[in-house]
Amino acid sequence: MLAEPGTADRILVTMSNAGIRRQGRWLVRGIDLTLRIGEIVTLIGPNGAGKSTTAKLAIGVLKPDEGQVTRGAALRVGYVPQKLAVDRTMPLTVERLMNLTGPLDAQKLAASLEAVSIPHLMKAEVQHLSGGEFQRALLARAIARDPDLLVLDEPVQGVDFAGETALYQLIGEIRDKTGCGILMISHDLHVVMAATDTVVCLNGHVCCRGTPAAVSQSEDYRRLFGASRPGIAFYNHQHDHTHLPDGRVQHRDGSITDHCHPEDGHHHDGHDHHHSHEHRRSHSHDHDHVHLPGLTGERHA
Amino acid sequence: MLDDFFIRALLAGVGLALTTGPLGCLVVWRRMAYFGDTMAHSALLGVALSLLLEANLLISVFAVAVAVSLLLLLLQRVHALSADSLLGILSHSTLAIGLVLVAFMSWVRIDLMGYLFGDILAVSWLDIGLIWGGGIFVLLSLVFLWRPLIASTVSHELAEAEGLKPERARLCFMLLMALVIAIAMKIVGIMLITALLIIPAATARQFAGSPERMAVLASLFGAVSVVLGLFGSLYQDTPSGPSIVVAALCLFVVSLLPRPGQPTSRDPISGGSR
Repeated sequence: MLAEPGTADRILVTMSNAGIRRQGRWLVRGIDLTLRIGEIVTLIGPNGAGKSTTAKLAIGVLKPDEGQVTRGAALRVGYVPQKLAVDRTMPLTVERLMNLTGPLDAQKLAASLEAVSIPHLMKAEVQHLSGGEFQRALLARAIARDPDLLVLDEPVQGVDFAGETALYQLIGEIRDKTGCGILMISHDLHVVMAATDTVVCLNGHVCCRGTPAAVSQSEDYRRLFGASRPGIAFYNHQHDHTHLPDGRVQHRDGSITDHCHPEDGHHHDGHDHHHSHEHRRSHSHDHDHVHLPGLTGERHA
Repeated sequence: MLDDFFIRALLAGVGLALTTGPLGCLVVWRRMAYFGDTMAHSALLGVALSLLLEANLLISVFAVAVAVSLLLLLLQRVHALSADSLLGILSHSTLAIGLVLVAFMSWVRIDLMGYLFGDILAVSWLDIGLIWGGGIFVLLSLVFLWRPLIASTVSHELAEAEGLKPERARLCFMLLMALVIAIAMKIVGIMLITALLIIPAATARQFAGSPERMAVLASLFGAVSVVLGLFGSLYQDTPSGPSIVVAALCLFVVSLLPRPGQPTSRDPISGGSR
C-alpha cells in the first residue's frame, strides 16, 4: 500500500503504524493503511478485531496512541456509524436528519433519498422507521454531503437481502460517479466483493490484504475465519474443488474441468439449499467448494 | 391593579422560562436530567462558599457548578463507577456539604428556604436585568451552537467525524447550564430548577415535529407556567416557586390527554428508545 509516484495527490488518509490502547490493552496496533480517491477499501475481521476502531482512527474520531494518521486538509467525510440511537423524546424527521451536520439543498436531499429508495419517507419520524429504512436514511444522509471519503460501518445491517445487493451496487455507483474514496466495514465478503478494490483483513492488526480474490485464498484469512466465524460459510469446510476466476473448476486432485460434477456434492437437484443464487450471510451449511470473489456470479448450477 | 413586586416577578419568571425552554430540550434529549439536578444541588455549596469567602453569589454558584461538572467528567474517565452513581454521589454530597457549611457559619443569618425553593417575589430590577441579559446571551449562544449540539445528541461520533467539534459544543453547553442555574436559583430555588428545565420540554414534545419547534414551544409552555403559577400563588397564597412547577405539571398532564386528530400510537414519553 505504498504510494506510487504521482499518486500522492490522490491520497485521502494515510495511517502509518497506528495503534490505540484502552485500559492497557491494544485495540488495534501497527495499522498501515492508505485511502485514495476512487478506491473502495473493505475492512473485514471477526468480532472485536478492531474494524470500527480502525475506521474511527482513520477519520479522527479516535486519536492514535502510537503511530500517525494524516488526513488531507479540509477532507469532507460522510459517516454511517455502526450504532445510532435517537432518543424518542427528540422529534426528528428523515428530512431533518438529512440536514444534521450541514444544510442541504432540497433537490440534493430528494435525490439522495430517491437513490436509496425511500423518497416517500422524507417526512417520517426516524423513530418510526424499521432498522433497514433507518439504515438507508443514514446512507442517504452521508452521500448527500458529497463527501471526499465515505466511511460506512456495516451500512446494510438490517436491510433485506434484495435491498442489500442494491445498496452495495449503489455504493459502487457512487464511487464511479463522484470518485470519492470509500472505507467500508462488512462481515459479509460475499456481497461486497464485486465492488471492493482492496480487502483488509483485521484481527487487532492487519492479517492480510489485497484484492478480494487474493485475500479469500490466503492462509491467514482462512485461519482467522475458519476458526472463529463458522457463520461465514465458505471457509470452514472441506473443499474438494475450487471455482477458478475464469469459471472453470479445479478439483482436489488437481484436474481442471469446465463444470463441477454431480458427485461433487452440492447445489444440484434435490438439495434444499439455494446458494447458487443467493448467499445469505446467515447460511452455515457445509458446501464443499470455494466461491471465488471477483466473479459476479457462479458460472455453473 | 397589580403590585410592582408582582410585575417584577412576572418579568423575571418569564425571562427565565424563555431561556430554560431550549436548554431544557437539550437536557431531555441528551438524558441529562440527573446531571442538571446535580449541578443545581451543588449551587448550595456555591452559596455557602460565597458567604464564607465573601465572594459574589452569582459567580460563586456558577464556579461551583462548573467545577462539579468538570469533576464528573474527570471521574467518568476513570470508569470506576457508572455515571449514574457518580451523579448521585456528587449531587447529594455537594448539597450536604453546603448545608453543613451554612450551619457552621453561625455569624450569618441566611434564608435557607429562599435558596432551596426560590423567592421570586423578592427579585429586584437588577435581578431582572441580569435574567434578561443572561438569558439573551444563553439563547444566542445556543443558536450559534445549535447544529453541533443537535448533531452530537444524535451521534457524538457522527458529529466528530463530520467536523462539528462536539466536545467543544458540550463544554459550552455545560457552561451555559451552570450560568442558567446561577441565575435561576433565586427564582425557583435549587430544588426546583430542573423542573423548569424538563417539564416544559416534555410538554412541548407532544406538539412538536422538529427539534427547533420543540425548543420554541418549551419556552412558551415555560412562560405560560410562570404566569399561571404566579397568579395561582397570588390568589391562593401559595409559595410562588412551587406554584410555577405545579402549573407546569398541569400543562404537561393536559398535553398527555388524547387530542382529536392525533394518531394514538404517538406516545413518545412513555416508550423506550429505539
